[in-house]
Amino acid sequence: MTENVSLGMPQLPAPAFPAEVHARLTEDARAIIARYPDSRSALLPMLHLVQSEEGHVTRTGMQFCADLLGLTTAEVTAVATFYTMYRRKPSGDYQVGVCTNTLCAVMGGDAIFEELKAHLGVGNDETTEDGKITLEHIECNAACDFAPVVMVNWEFFDNQTPESAKRMVDDLRAGRTVEPTRGAPLCSFKETARILAGFPDERPGAVEATGGAGPASLVGLRLAKGESPHHRIVHPRGESSGQEGE
Amino acid sequence: MTLAAEINNSSPEKLLAPVLSAFWDQPDSWTLETYERHEGYRGLRKALAMSPDDLIAYVKESGLRGRGGAGFPTGMKWQFIPQGDGKPHYLVVNADESEPGTCKDIPLLFANPHSLIEGIVIACYAIRSNHAFIYLRGEVVPVLRRLHEAVREAYAAGYLGTNILGSGLDLELTVHAGAGAYICGEETALLDSLEGRRGQPRLRPPFPAVAGLYACPTVVNNVESIASVPAILNKGKEWFTSMGSEKSPGFTLYSLSGHVASPGQYEAPLGITLRQLLDMSGGMRPGHRLKFWTPGGSSTPMFTDEHLDVPLDYEGVGAAGSMLGTKALQCFDETTCVVRAVTRWTEFYAHESCGKCTPCREGTYWLVQLLRDIEAGRGQMSDLDKLNDIADNINGKSFCALGDGAASPIFSSLKYFRAEYEQHITGRGCPFDPAKSTAWADNHKEVTA
Repeated sequence: MTENVSLGMPQLPAPAFPAEVHARLTEDARAIIARYPDSRSALLPMLHLVQSEEGHVTRTGMQFCADLLGLTTAEVTAVATFYTMYRRKPSGDYQVGVCTNTLCAVMGGDAIFEELKAHLGVGNDETTEDGKITLEHIECNAACDFAPVVMVNWEFFDNQTPESAKRMVDDLRAGRTVEPTRGAPLCSFKETARILAGFPDERPGAVEATGGAGPASLVGLRLAKGESPHHRIVHPRGESSGQEGE
Repeated sequence: MTLAAEINNSSPEKLLAPVLSAFWDQPDSWTLETYERHEGYRGLRKALAMSPDDLIAYVKESGLRGRGGAGFPTGMKWQFIPQGDGKPHYLVVNADESEPGTCKDIPLLFANPHSLIEGIVIACYAIRSNHAFIYLRGEVVPVLRRLHEAVREAYAAGYLGTNILGSGLDLELTVHAGAGAYICGEETALLDSLEGRRGQPRLRPPFPAVAGLYACPTVVNNVESIASVPAILNKGKEWFTSMGSEKSPGFTLYSLSGHVASPGQYEAPLGITLRQLLDMSGGMRPGHRLKFWTPGGSSTPMFTDEHLDVPLDYEGVGAAGSMLGTKALQCFDETTCVVRAVTRWTEFYAHESCGKCTPCREGTYWLVQLLRDIEAGRGQMSDLDKLNDIADNINGKSFCALGDGAASPIFSSLKYFRAEYEQHITGRGCPFDPAKSTAWADNHKEVTA
């Protein structure tokens, strides 16, 4: 990340949040700090909190965390730059993350990522001109049985294809409602960051959205209950397995 | 063998044992009401009727071993917590599921979060803890929502808070979302992260049982380990040990993924084989055969089709030269380039190396450089020995297991597929077409046929 390293004069202290914002965030931060026996444990959630205010972690946000926790800005910066979920530059309302770890990549994640780059005209960690979408490749997100997986604001879009992913980003840019295969109807990146700070999603229906376990999570259970045809013979080449294709 | 006997031997009803996943197909499976309807919080009542020491002994006797990868006996971890030391004790649940291929805890928490919460209350009663934490990786907001809701329900029902079920146990449970760092799955890095620091592993000793969170005695357990405890209490240790083997008793979640006909979660007694799982679930995708697979995520040395009959328990997989790990059975067929797969995994380890120790930080960097060259057809034969040599300098010489994990795919792929590496070098490029490996590759073929 050398391109982000400034070698010039030390920067002036970060400007503070406006008074109203400062008061509101302080109240939230106090609630976070109260969850822990030691206040410093609140730092990760508080970084999510300041990210929920500005869309990325700014020097102002880090100064705010340092002041409330009695840390130096150097200590806070060291933490904020260690974790990949904290953004360090302004980005889009929707973070579209394509899993390109081995299994998803092989199953089509690489192709999806390439096609989205071309379709959106952006590279990795870049944002579309309308400010809607930041495209990223991400690491394994614990949904390998739903590969290839795309995450949007950390909601699951399972079993994607280049076509379904392109349709999804088009819908997002057009302002149409987009629903994940597992998770709640999309909220903005800032609103997502607030949930990550530990404030439950208050939207009606958000918890129960998309129902219980996803289809792949149930295949073993259905077999054990005798609800699925019991396979004994591997299908010969070319025969349809009955799986749905895109 | 008669046909009937053959079917019986491989019938899923016989081979599988859904416990944690038993009611995932019920409507609103994640709610307290559904959980209680399926014998939820009964194990807790039995546990609270025992003394904490008896409870620890009971879990120890059940033989439950950690489901997060290392397989350490859960009851023994609890027993290591010093008692009467006057310090607060903590339980920290490792829900930072990030090992490539691993996808069991996230669906478990999405569909059945109360099994974890009940297990947490039982464990805290045993180790005399009044504050527990769930460290959930941040990138799974749907699961975070359900955990927030489940914790709220549990407080409202009196399963958390003060004087739980009249037992005198007080317990606070905090759900803590991480911020994106694979290394935080390592238990001491997780503790540093939970303390608001960079997630870097700690020197041991002291072990977390002596000086863990805030330098106090701490148990760190995997989600599935803790979630398995209520059923053991409710149905009895004899029921638990009737499954699996003597050293690897019980049930567990196997996660089948990749080029298989039916990827997903299969809960079974320990010791089932990949052949049995594939046979019952339709095998590899139509027209393809298994080339290589991981028994427990990318950090466990890969297997080939020679290993289809290895019993998938701690001893069986160990004896065959790998590790049970997280039982993440990533299956790749003959269309997959092993050099591409290993390069990508190695890029992951290089990206996730925390930078604390030199062998891992530098070694993974150089492995990536060599592998990218080989994959692109710019490698030399001497690079293969160099790969082995660098991996050898990481393995066992790094600060934590991330380094060992990074070396595993290198060693094992060179062992089984050295010829394929050589092919990339002599042929000046990759002989595989990645389009043939995609999930939709054969759909297209059917259309054009």
